[in-house]
Amino acid sequence: MRVWYFSEMAFHPAWEEGLKRGSLRVVLPNSNFDPATGHTLLNRYLDEFALCDEVGLDIMVNEHHSTATCLTISVPMALAIIARETKKARLLSLGTPIANRPDPVRVAEEMAWLDVLSGGRLEMGLVKGAPYEIAPANSNPATLMRRYWEAHDLIIKAMSTTSGPFNWEGEFFHYRNVNIWPRPIQQPTPPVWMTGLSTGTGTLAAERGHVVGTLLSGGIAKPMFDAYRKRAQELGWTAGPDRLAYAAIIGVGHTREEGRRRANLVADYVRTSPVVAEPFTNPPGYNAVPANVALMKAGSVKNRFVGDDGSKDRTKASLDDFMASDTVFAGTPDDVYSQIKDFNERMGGIGHILFFGQGGYLDHKDTVENITLFAREVLPRLRTLTPDTITRPAAIAAE
Amino acid sequence: MARTMAIAGVDLELEERGEGPPLLFLHAGEGLAPERPWLDLLARRHRVIAPSHPGYGRSSLPDWLMTVDDLAYLYLDLADRLALRDATLMGACFGGWIAAEMAVRNTRRFGRLVLVDALGVKHGGVTDRDIADMHAIPREKFIELAWADPAKAAVDYTQMPESELAAIVRGQQAFAQFGWKPYMHNPRLKHWLHRIDIPTFLLWGEQDRIVTPEYGEGFRAAISDARMRVIPNAGHFPHWEQPEAFDDAVASLAN
Repeated sequence: MRVWYFSEMAFHPAWEEGLKRGSLRVVLPNSNFDPATGHTLLNRYLDEFALCDEVGLDIMVNEHHSTATCLTISVPMALAIIARETKKARLLSLGTPIANRPDPVRVAEEMAWLDVLSGGRLEMGLVKGAPYEIAPANSNPATLMRRYWEAHDLIIKAMSTTSGPFNWEGEFFHYRNVNIWPRPIQQPTPPVWMTGLSTGTGTLAAERGHVVGTLLSGGIAKPMFDAYRKRAQELGWTAGPDRLAYAAIIGVGHTREEGRRRANLVADYVRTSPVVAEPFTNPPGYNAVPANVALMKAGSVKNRFVGDDGSKDRTKASLDDFMASDTVFAGTPDDVYSQIKDFNERMGGIGHILFFGQGGYLDHKDTVENITLFAREVLPRLRTLTPDTITRPAAIAAE
Repeated sequence: MARTMAIAGVDLELEERGEGPPLLFLHAGEGLAPERPWLDLLARRHRVIAPSHPGYGRSSLPDWLMTVDDLAYLYLDLADRLALRDATLMGACFGGWIAAEMAVRNTRRFGRLVLVDALGVKHGGVTDRDIADMHAIPREKFIELAWADPAKAAVDYTQMPESELAAIVRGQQAFAQFGWKPYMHNPRLKHWLHRIDIPTFLLWGEQDRIVTPEYGEGFRAAISDARMRVIPNAGHFPHWEQPEAFDDAVASLAN
């Protein structure tokens, strides 16, 4: 099993105001962002990423826009810095919201550039993006997934084609001379990742042999992982743990209390993340028709997203609530190891844990201890829990 | 009675009522809502033909059909297929945008154009919001802007059958597909409005705050033979909110 440290680089000094106004995203004016504080925080967060390399963790970066929850607005910008500051860690972009990007060839260039810069350490997530990312990008939600797949196909073709230029005249994207420089070290492309919450995403990822990641709920993750394994089997190959990833909040401490305290602070990520002005939570076409019909039938439920089981308001959940849903692993290193081991068994074997190790109010000292203690006491045991063997068949890889 | 007609690969659901001079009614972004009274009122004096736009109701939305231009050609085809003569072309809200796009292309099937609180053009500068951002406000706020009397707009979705809800959801998705960017208008349309060569009537809800009567006035000024009438106690959907007054206004246009 590999573990990827991850932080959204939160701007928590604005959270209180955002919570008061009922939205941390899209409509919270950026007068609530203090650039001087932002300068300190960004540099601190990048130091924390750099530390991960020293202690043997891999690194994941994501991006969001127009929000106090996440200052990373460009995965390639952040990873470019991290690539220079690290030597061994693999670098996971999870990822670029390609249906919100007007220029997929530019995405392919940036990813190839990062792969060259890092010496072939890049893993490339091509993601749909959250519903509230539609407004900052002003991309059309009704055609989002059609644009996603066209961009996906074009990016992979651009990265793996060595005999260009080639022509691309699609439904959404038009180029007559695609021939990216540089091209990636990892051929035909760096490993590709997708994210999602549904069994449908699991199935589609399996058809391409991509790694699929999901987050924050074992109840949602299991059916998705099962759908992936089932589809791979139907297509004649056996998907190993290396194809499946799960993001969880993790707090470790020398004592159980210390680990739980840290996790509880990081869990503010899950408490703040859904606080978005209602119109931006479900733009038309983002979710499938049956999911929207079910929402209308149920009437309005606050702070609820499609995919939630609807029984809890996530903004008010306790640490124990989150632990019961596998959103959080917390306690001593032994506690956390046994929780992940148990989770891994229940999921049928997964190869990647995405380790939310910082989430706003957890300060630098605590974050450093969370990272180092986890890396020293938990990571070595997890490394042998599931094999890293790549199970993606060469036949798909050649496509 | 609804029937389905295949045009250019689209299965188009048509609601047809009444007898008399033909009236092609193009519905609002909210959908046709054929159970509401305005179609019956119009059908007392007209043969009313009211399609559900592709994606709405039971009309199909093929992948290739992406823009309001496509809808304009689709309905020009429909008018040819039905061999309409001297028909009234009427569009409300989003349907008004489609009707205007048709009228700048070809009016040979039509004797008059009626635009009801139509979307489709932009008069102001880049930072002006001519058309309220219906997708950035909660439903309650939308209703407040779109209705003179918000109480009339209440719909209890929890009591609707799933098939009807699914049609509503598909319609919302289609509305977004056609109108998301540029938002609910075609930046080039206003430069072609001078081509409209049939008498044009603009009916506007006095309390419409999605597109105000002032916005309608801009539309009127760009069309050579156009008159505007404001309907009191109505918002963005005067045909829905004041069906009798709306029908009276339509009847008086004929004189």
